[in-house]
Amino acid sequence: MSTDLATVTDLVEKFLAEHPPASTDDQVLRGARFDAGLAYPHFDQGFGGLGVDPTLSPVVERLFLDAGCSDWSSRNVIGLGMAAQTVHTHGTPAQKTKYLRPLFTGEEIWCQLFSEPGAGSDLAALATRAVPDGDEYVLNGQKIWTSLGHMARRGLLVARTDPDQPKHRGLSYFLLDMTTPGVEVRGLRQITGQAEFNEVYLTDARVPAADLLGAVGDGWRVAMTTLMNERVAIGRRGGGRGDGPIGAAVRAYRKAVAEGRADAADRDRLLQLWTRVEAARLTNTRAAARAGQGAPGPEGSIAKLQFAELNKAVFEFAVDLAGDEAMLIDDYTFSRPGASSASHAAQDVRKAYLRSLANSIEGGTSEIMRNILGERVLGLPGEPRIDRDRPWKDVPRS
Amino acid sequence: MSFTPGPEAEELRAVVRGFLEKRCGEVEIRRWMETEDGHDPAVWRQAAGELGLQGLAVDERWGGSGASTVELGVVFEELGRALYGGPFFGTVALAATVLTELDDQAAQERHLPGIAAGDTTASVVWGGSDPLTSTLRADRDGAGWRLTGRAEPMVDAGLAGLLLAVAATPDGPGVFAVDCTGPVEGLTRTALNPLDLTRKLAAVDLAGVSATAVGVPGEITPALTRALDIAVLALSCEQVGGAARVLEMAVEYANTRVQFGRKIGSFQAIKHKCADMLVAVESARSCAYHGIWAAAHDPAELPIAAGLAGAVCSESYARCALDNIQLHGGIGFTWEHPAHLDLKRARSSRRLLGTPGRHRARLADLLDIPEVSA
Repeated sequence: MSTDLATVTDLVEKFLAEHPPASTDDQVLRGARFDAGLAYPHFDQGFGGLGVDPTLSPVVERLFLDAGCSDWSSRNVIGLGMAAQTVHTHGTPAQKTKYLRPLFTGEEIWCQLFSEPGAGSDLAALATRAVPDGDEYVLNGQKIWTSLGHMARRGLLVARTDPDQPKHRGLSYFLLDMTTPGVEVRGLRQITGQAEFNEVYLTDARVPAADLLGAVGDGWRVAMTTLMNERVAIGRRGGGRGDGPIGAAVRAYRKAVAEGRADAADRDRLLQLWTRVEAARLTNTRAAARAGQGAPGPEGSIAKLQFAELNKAVFEFAVDLAGDEAMLIDDYTFSRPGASSASHAAQDVRKAYLRSLANSIEGGTSEIMRNILGERVLGLPGEPRIDRDRPWKDVPRS
Repeated sequence: MSFTPGPEAEELRAVVRGFLEKRCGEVEIRRWMETEDGHDPAVWRQAAGELGLQGLAVDERWGGSGASTVELGVVFEELGRALYGGPFFGTVALAATVLTELDDQAAQERHLPGIAAGDTTASVVWGGSDPLTSTLRADRDGAGWRLTGRAEPMVDAGLAGLLLAVAATPDGPGVFAVDCTGPVEGLTRTALNPLDLTRKLAAVDLAGVSATAVGVPGEITPALTRALDIAVLALSCEQVGGAARVLEMAVEYANTRVQFGRKIGSFQAIKHKCADMLVAVESARSCAYHGIWAAAHDPAELPIAAGLAGAVCSESYARCALDNIQLHGGIGFTWEHPAHLDLKRARSSRRLLGTPGRHRARLADLLDIPEVSA
């Protein structure tokens, strides 16, 4: 393990010497990095990796960031956090060759076409249809909450190929070219005034059968890979002790003390948050070390749940410290951010607070996370379900 | 970097758990609750003789195994899980740790072999809420010292054969040993009625009790601070063990009890409570494991790591113990059910070495987070 770490570190240093970040075009550098197996070191050779232990990948990313390389984790959040792992796990060699490199270089931004107006927490109930027609499928339906849909070249799409099967069994997973005719992206304005999300309307859009990821009818299993990685990607953000929103809260507290706006209870409230954030960070470190090989497990749901609840609490505290400024906002002007702000403090703390309210909804609500922890980690019985074994078309919908 | 206990510590855990399950089940715990010394001396001797638990972290020179705080922490986790009632916390977490950290060879030679062998039980006592500002007083008396003051409630101090008293001197705090194996002039010990019957507490009155200094009075504060941090981590590990056991209890019941024609664990009101308990247990475990790792491998990190564990683990255990009673409904309110034993241990150990609020305040100081001036 430590030998691997030393070897990989050595490779990164040699690579950086040959491609100095200061004088190398970002896209060129990332392409070369992919070819050198230093994009996702735990992926297979030839697909951006070296086949090493997955715990080394974040270490390598850190080395590149520390050397001054650009951070794409928010600009291509779906691509890097979810699409790459899903394509690498379930893709054919041809699919991996076609998609992984431009994803990593940033030439192709990805989005996720999972949720629908009628399928949120109950994702498997989704109604978008994919009907085979020759060597293509014809798509009809509506997707929602599509981050970066307006920037994306490609989308991870789950659609129903067999409505006569129970809901989990009739789904298939596609890699959709967002420039396909019949794909329409409309901004969805959120409570911050911005439109970071989109609605995506699919009207007789045609996707080649070659862009099926996994087998027909196996879409739910493939989607699970995406969702597990999503929770890990959301939950495991942030670096060292005191980084991120809690660091901003500490600064806000210092400012409030200096300006005479804090009271004694604020200090203890800050420390209550600080200790919970630090405990969550250590739990993530422990889970990452334990995960070792293989796919992320349900413990990713602990990280996701804690990230969401703590982010909300920390920003609420920061707004409380803002005094009368808490009654104001910078502006609600409509805009379309080019990067996800899911875990990032917006410049304006009040806007960051408003944005944080989605944290316990997006990527699986906190209630769903608690169900997963209760059922899959603790082994408690599931809710009685009336839809599990009935054909999807016979299940009542709102 | 991984701070999780390694395979050797896990092997030790399995041995200790097997021993405690055999010799220290709920029946035994309940029997010992009713006795004056709170445990079975035969089990105590077996723990020392066969498993070497009392001497685990004691230096090999003094008959111990010289293991690290990581192994020690795992043992405390198992003791906490079993609600072990003997004077292990006072003897090992407090007294042996203080003797080891103060590094007074003569005192170590005199006291540690007896502790490691299971012949000596011991504890540390102080006046007031914080050992570092103990209200006990030590006055010079020729080559020795005389101790005055009252310390209560003190864990495992009632019957201990050795008391280490933290007391103020004109030069600053010192630690003073009182050999209590025979009658001691001026020493009165009174057993108190503990909320947690599995952990014995006493009031200790010192009226000019003759004592020997351990280390140099006025110069021991850094070593004593380290020792107390390690004791906080031992307590945190106990709390993790208790919290994890309580969660198991809750889940087992939720998987068995049927109401409205369903196992109650299938209701989200119950399931989500269990999920939140899981998060609390894992948070506590992370802080405790990180702490015992830091004590062994990154001493500069120890104060913050101990403060964090002290702030988090008490809260987690208390919350889980409370939720466990609620989740059990009426049966959880009965004397016969073990749920109250954990609640009482959790409530009591929350104050034993500083409340979570005090640990948070200390953390804030360590992190240089300013106070609000009044």
